[in-house]
Amino acid sequence: MKEKTVNELKLGEIGIVNNIIGEEGIKRRLLDLGLIEGTNIKPVLVSPSGDPRAFEFRGSLIAIRKEDAKNIKIK
Amino acid sequence: MSKIEKLSTKQKEAKTKCVHTIALAGNPNVGKSTIFNNLTGMNQHTGNWTGKTVANATGYFEYRGETYKIVDIPGTYSIMSHSEEEEIARNYICFGNPDSTIVVVDATSLERNLNLVLQITEITDNLIVCVNLLDEAKKKKITIDLEKLSKILKVPVVGVTARNKKTLNSLLKVMRNACEGKEKINQIYQIQYQEKIEKAIEQVKQIINKQYKIQEKLARWISIKVLDGEEHILKEIEKQLQIQLINNTEIDKVKKEVLKALEKEGIYQEELKERIVATIVKDAEEIGKKVCKFEKEDYANRDRKIDKILTSKKYGIPIMIVFLLLIFWITIVGANYPSQFLFSVFGSIQEKLIEFATYIHCPEWLSNMLILGVYQTLTWVISVMLPPMAIFFPLFTILEDLGYLPRIAFNMDGFFKKACCSGKQMITMCMGFGCNSCGVTGCRIIDSPRERLIAILTNNFVPCNGRFPFLITIATIFIAGTIGGIGASIVSTIAVIFVIILGIIMTLVISKILSKTILKGMPSSFVLELPPYRKPQFLKVLVRSIFDRTIFILGRAIAVAAPAGLVIWLFANIGIQGESLLTIIANFLDPLANLMGLDGYILTAFILGIPANEIVLPIILMCYMQGTSLVNMEDTFVIGEILRQNGWTILTAINVMLFTLFHFPCATTLLTIKKETGSWKWSAISFLIPTVCGIVLCMLTTLVYHVFCL
Repeated sequence: MKEKTVNELKLGEIGIVNNIIGEEGIKRRLLDLGLIEGTNIKPVLVSPSGDPRAFEFRGSLIAIRKEDAKNIKIK
Repeated sequence: MSKIEKLSTKQKEAKTKCVHTIALAGNPNVGKSTIFNNLTGMNQHTGNWTGKTVANATGYFEYRGETYKIVDIPGTYSIMSHSEEEEIARNYICFGNPDSTIVVVDATSLERNLNLVLQITEITDNLIVCVNLLDEAKKKKITIDLEKLSKILKVPVVGVTARNKKTLNSLLKVMRNACEGKEKINQIYQIQYQEKIEKAIEQVKQIINKQYKIQEKLARWISIKVLDGEEHILKEIEKQLQIQLINNTEIDKVKKEVLKALEKEGIYQEELKERIVATIVKDAEEIGKKVCKFEKEDYANRDRKIDKILTSKKYGIPIMIVFLLLIFWITIVGANYPSQFLFSVFGSIQEKLIEFATYIHCPEWLSNMLILGVYQTLTWVISVMLPPMAIFFPLFTILEDLGYLPRIAFNMDGFFKKACCSGKQMITMCMGFGCNSCGVTGCRIIDSPRERLIAILTNNFVPCNGRFPFLITIATIFIAGTIGGIGASIVSTIAVIFVIILGIIMTLVISKILSKTILKGMPSSFVLELPPYRKPQFLKVLVRSIFDRTIFILGRAIAVAAPAGLVIWLFANIGIQGESLLTIIANFLDPLANLMGLDGYILTAFILGIPANEIVLPIILMCYMQGTSLVNMEDTFVIGEILRQNGWTILTAINVMLFTLFHFPCATTLLTIKKETGSWKWSAISFLIPTVCGIVLCMLTTLVYHVFCL
C-alpha cells in the first residue's frame, strides 16, 4: 500500500507526520521548523493557482509546494 | 551634515570605550531589528531589506555609564544547517565570544522559537531569553509563564514589547547583570538525548578532551557535530579553533566504533541526525506546553479569515492588483506637487546662480556648463526622483510590516514555478515598480543563488517610477489623444496597464529562458512562512524607508547625474562645423533607429538618459527644440505638438513605449547589480538582455506595421 502524503489531506483535515523523505536540504528545513514525527499538520490555504498550499503546524503557517509536500508522509 | 558627523564621532568614541559585547539572535520576523534599533537609538543603518538582516549589523549604546556593543545576527529558525545566514549566526554565537547572547522569541509561537533557544543552549551558557510581542500574544489570549520558563531553562527570561521602548528597561537590567556576572547561572538546561546517543556523545567527547583543551560545553557540542557528520560545520570549527577533527585518526576510530554500536541498535547515521533534531523539537514542545496557556484554541482565526480572502482563487490576485495599482496611483499623483515645488525652488536658485556668475565675471561657457549642465541635470534628477520614492517606499514598507508581502509571493508562486523560479521574485518585482535598484537589492530575500540571479537580471523588465510618467504621457498623447473626452483617460490607463502586463510576461519568459540556458536548474524548494498580520509601526516605517532606501538610492543617482549633466551639456553645445555632437550622434544612430521605428534623437536620448530614466523625455524635447539645456514642460498638449511636428506617429509612440519598457537599466541599477552580484559581468548581461529584447521587439512592430499599413 502506498503511504499517504500531506498532499492527500483536504483543507482543514489534520494529519500526523510519520516521516519526511527526499533531498537533504529541504528535509532539514522542514525539520528545523518543527515538522518531526508525530507533529499535527493541517493544510489551511491554497494559492490561487492551486499550488503551493499553506500548512499549519506548531502554531505557524508555512507555504510548501506540491513537489516538496509529497515527501512529507503521514500516518 | 553636522548631525551625521556628530553621530560618527560618537560611534568612534563608543568603539574605543566599548566593554561588553551582546549578540542578538532569533527567528526571522520576531522583532530583533526593532530591539536593535530601539537600543541603539536608530543611529544605525541596519541594511534591513524586506525582513532580512543579511550580514551582522553592529551598533553601540550606553547604559548606566557603560558602553555596549550589540551585534544583530541574521534571523534563522535553526543554526544546524548550512544556509548562508545560519552559518553567519552560528559562527558568531560560537566563536564571536559575546559576553551574552540575547535570543529574541515570539510570544505568539513560543514553541517553535524555543527550538532555536535550545540549540543555542548547547553552545553557550551566557544567554538571555527575551520574549517579545507580548502585546500580540495578549490579543490572541496567550499567556506565558516567564518565571516558569526561566526556572526550566535556568537562564534569565525577560518579557518585552519591543515597539514600546519602555519595556526594554528590564532587558537592559538583566543584560547588565549578565555581563557583570551577576546573573548566577548554576547549571543551564541541557538537552538529554536517548541513552545510546548520550553514550556515543560521551565517548567522542572523551577523545576530544584528551586531545584538546576545550571548554566542556563546546566539547559536547563538537562531539555531536562529529557524530552527525556535517563536514562543513566541522571544517569551520577546525578553522576557528585551530584543531583537527576530520582525518583525525583517534577521533575517526572512536567515531567508527560508536556509529557501529549505534547501528547495532538500529540507529544509522542518517537517522541519528533526525533523532537529534527531533529530540530538540520535542523538548521545545514540552517546555512550550508547560509555560504557555491558550485561552482561545483558535487564536489564529482572525488571520485565517483574512488569509482566506487575500489568497482566494477568486479575489486573491484581483485584490493584489488593486493594492498595487492604488500604491502606484497615490505615488504618481501625490509626487506631482512636491516635484513641482522642488523644480521651482531649484529654478529660482538657478537664476540666482546665473546672476552671481555674471556678477563675478565668470566666463559664459563655464557658467553655462556648470549651471545649465551640471546643476540643472542634478537638481532635475532630485526633483523627479525624490518625491515618488519618498511616497512609494513608505507605502510599500507598510505592506511589508502588515505581513502582506509573503502572501503576494504565495499567490504568485504557481506562475513563477512554471518559469523555474521562486514566488518571492514577485515581491522583488513589486519593489522594482518603485525603483529597479531597490528591487535588485531586495532580491536578497531569495535563498537560492540561481533564482536570486534570475530575479536580479529580470528586475528591469518592470517599469520603475522613473519610467511610469513617461509611459503615461506618451499613452495620453498618442493612444488616448485620438479619442478625447473621458474615454481618453480610461484608454491611456488601459494602455499603461497593458505595458505593465507585457513587462510581467517578459519577466516570466526571460526567467524561463535563463533557467534553461545560462542559469540552468530546477526550481528549488519553496518553504515560506506566512507570518501573523501585524499592525505596522508607522513612524518607524517612515524613517526606515526614507533612510534605508530613498536617501541611499538618491545618493547613487546623484553620483551619476552630475557627470552626466556635464556630458549632456557638452554634447548639446560642442559641435563640428555648426552641427552639435548630439546631432552627429543622432545622425549616426538614425539608420538603426529607423529600423526600430524611432529616430536617432530618441535613441540618443535613451543613451544620454542612462543616469536616470526621468530625463529621457526632456532630452528628446531639448533635441527637437534645438535647445542647449533640458526642457521642462507640463502641458502634454504642447509636448504632443512638438513630437508630431518631428514626425512622431502612432508607431513611433508604441515603439517608444516598448523601448522604455525594454532597454538597459539606469546607471544606479547597473551599479547596484555589480554590488549585489560582485561582478560587472552580470551588470553587462542585465544591460544586454532587455536592450536586445527592446531592439528586436521594436523592429518587429515596425515590420508588421509597414506590412499591414503600407
